[in-house]
Amino acid sequence: MSAPPTAIEQPTQSTQDVSPHAIVFDNVSIAFDDNVVLDGISFQLPHGETKALFGVAGTGKSTILKLALGLIKPDSGDIYVLGENVTRMKEEDLFELRRRVGIVFQESALFDSLTVRENVAFRLMEEGDIGEDELERRVREALSFVELEHTLDLFPSELSGGMRRRVAIARAIITQPEILLYDSPTGGLDPVTSTTIVELIVKQRDVYKTSSLLVTQRLQDAFTMATHCFDRKSNRMVPLPPGTRGEVPISFLILRDGKVIFDGDAQELAHSRDEYIREFIS
Amino acid sequence: MELISPTEFARDTVQALQEYSVLAAQSVANLFRYPRYMADMFQQADLIGVGSLPIVVLTGFFTGAVLALNSASMLQRFGSLTLIGQLVSVGMVRELGPVLTGLMVAGRNASGMASELGSMIVTEQIDAMRALGTDPLKKLVTPRMISTVFMLFFLTIISDLLGLVGGGVVSSLIFGLDSHQYWSSAWQVLVFQDVFTGLIKPVLFGFIIATVGCYYGMSARGGTQGVGRATTQAVVASSVFILLVDFFATKLLISIFGYR
Repeated sequence: MSAPPTAIEQPTQSTQDVSPHAIVFDNVSIAFDDNVVLDGISFQLPHGETKALFGVAGTGKSTILKLALGLIKPDSGDIYVLGENVTRMKEEDLFELRRRVGIVFQESALFDSLTVRENVAFRLMEEGDIGEDELERRVREALSFVELEHTLDLFPSELSGGMRRRVAIARAIITQPEILLYDSPTGGLDPVTSTTIVELIVKQRDVYKTSSLLVTQRLQDAFTMATHCFDRKSNRMVPLPPGTRGEVPISFLILRDGKVIFDGDAQELAHSRDEYIREFIS
Repeated sequence: MELISPTEFARDTVQALQEYSVLAAQSVANLFRYPRYMADMFQQADLIGVGSLPIVVLTGFFTGAVLALNSASMLQRFGSLTLIGQLVSVGMVRELGPVLTGLMVAGRNASGMASELGSMIVTEQIDAMRALGTDPLKKLVTPRMISTVFMLFFLTIISDLLGLVGGGVVSSLIFGLDSHQYWSSAWQVLVFQDVFTGLIKPVLFGFIIATVGCYYGMSARGGTQGVGRATTQAVVASSVFILLVDFFATKLLISIFGYR
């Protein structure tokens, strides 16, 4: 797929946020009933970087995203998002912070009673003070980014799984948030559609320099992101020139039994001697 | 069926009551906070009010009619058939109109709210709404609460009126009572206390229907089965709650105004 050119403005890092990291997890633990899901995990997501989270099902990857947004609270530890400690913020204050963060849910979580236009425009409509013409322009712009301009008046139930994910991406990026959280955006999709989604994520990373956490089960998606960059001239994702690997802002984090067992770049991952990691990436 | 310990049951019950109280209190507090979702309020008013009209009209009419039928046989024995208008009027306005309308709207709308919000919970739409910076209590619960309170008030008035019409039809067509006599006795018997009692109840019942329906929807867990369970619980709980509150509200109002 060749993504069309877009004129969405660059996300601007807030002046309030002086932290070098977009997200910091500091010794975070959470358990559901007696099941310890995260056990004292710590990691940092630098500004502009994409961090791919791996782990077998139930290791708490999606929980990390919900914790980062303050949708659930940890049992212990601190989470800093754009310099603010979300673990100590009231729900009312979190709504303000969440406007600076976008998320693409595993099953898209589009509002099924709203059209694609209304879904994508939801955040702008909630913020108010925007004219009809400007709203329409921004919605079309976001949808053109994911090549779904023609679906404006359709309902989510009329879209395919891949189209729903792309609409969810459009909804997440319409306000150009400073951080994007992707929860298994390619899960259950065919390879062609998966590549389309990966290309959109790479475009968001390379063109708009958005910091992001990417939960995925598909190692090949993350490796594609580590070995490709977005070429603005051709408006498509292209392989990195030979000898430049490791220069794209992407890192990998692997979870096992509620703990972080690997946090590093593609080179470090490829050269890891840990048996479990070697088995995981093979 | 899995047995749970009394301690766990007590803890769960207290927690549920606490969560319900917080939701109910916030739905009221949100009335004084921005943003206010007027479009959602009108949409819900249409769904709850206009949508419930046929069932409320039928319930009111036939309740009034059957009240007239049942009371006529007793009144005939004492040669007081002319009192039928008074009996239907007081019965409908004070008690049957508000309670039956409340129960009908609870069956229709508490279930609707629980299933709609429950489905949104299990498909992560509520999480998505929070993630997009919108408070689901402000956007979803408060408009439903306001619309239900407002529309149930008027639905009860319609139900009362249709009950009187039903009673009038039965008394004139079956018992040959003069309709003018029926309506004047039905009208004259009503005092402020009757009307106040009959109109304060739908406000309370509307609040119960919306908050209970939304509470069960928002606390739905466990996929489609959980949504089904939440829907059933919402109808049962709101109906029982309505009957309980009806008793205590009646007792309180009688202690304030005294017996007629």
